[in-house]
Amino acid sequence: MNKSELIEELENRSDLNLKVSETIVNLIVDNMKKALFDEDRIELRGFGSFHIEYYKAYTGRNPKTGELIQVSEKRLPFFKVGKDLKERINQNGSK
Amino acid sequence: MTKADMVDLVYEQIGLSKRESARIVESIFDIIKETLEQGENVKISGFGSFNLQHKKPRRGRNPQTGEEITISARRVLSFKASNVLREQLNP
Repeated sequence: MNKSELIEELENRSDLNLKVSETIVNLIVDNMKKALFDEDRIELRGFGSFHIEYYKAYTGRNPKTGELIQVSEKRLPFFKVGKDLKERINQNGSK
Repeated sequence: MTKADMVDLVYEQIGLSKRESARIVESIFDIIKETLEQGENVKISGFGSFNLQHKKPRRGRNPQTGEEITISARRVLSFKASNVLREQLNP
């Protein structure tokens, strides 16, 4: 499922039209990005949480060419799956 | 940021009632959850993707007792930030 399909499904399940559904999904996604940029934790009960983690700079290698490369310091978002979603994923998981 | 903050955003910027805003925010995450539950990955362009990974059963040990146990096959969820988001976080 991609973002357009999510927007269409939101339209199906609500009284909103497609345009408003799109505006709302974008509003939420944009604000989630803003929260992460500001290093504000996002906590969605039943779904999971996002937080930022820092990585130090290191010297790595291009695995194809073996060439040494400097990887600079970076920060990345991490997602921790919530209890409810974790359990729901695994109910159908053993097939 | 919590769901309540998202509800406020929808309420303030879209002009739906509080009740309707709450229902919509809940719906968005329900749709994502149900899709993942059905075994389908979810990709939100500009943000990231939620990918299911299938883990095979394996032998493990209870670290407290040392007892051997079988860890059953399972699905785990991983999130990968999109390149756009990665670049925005590391200008």
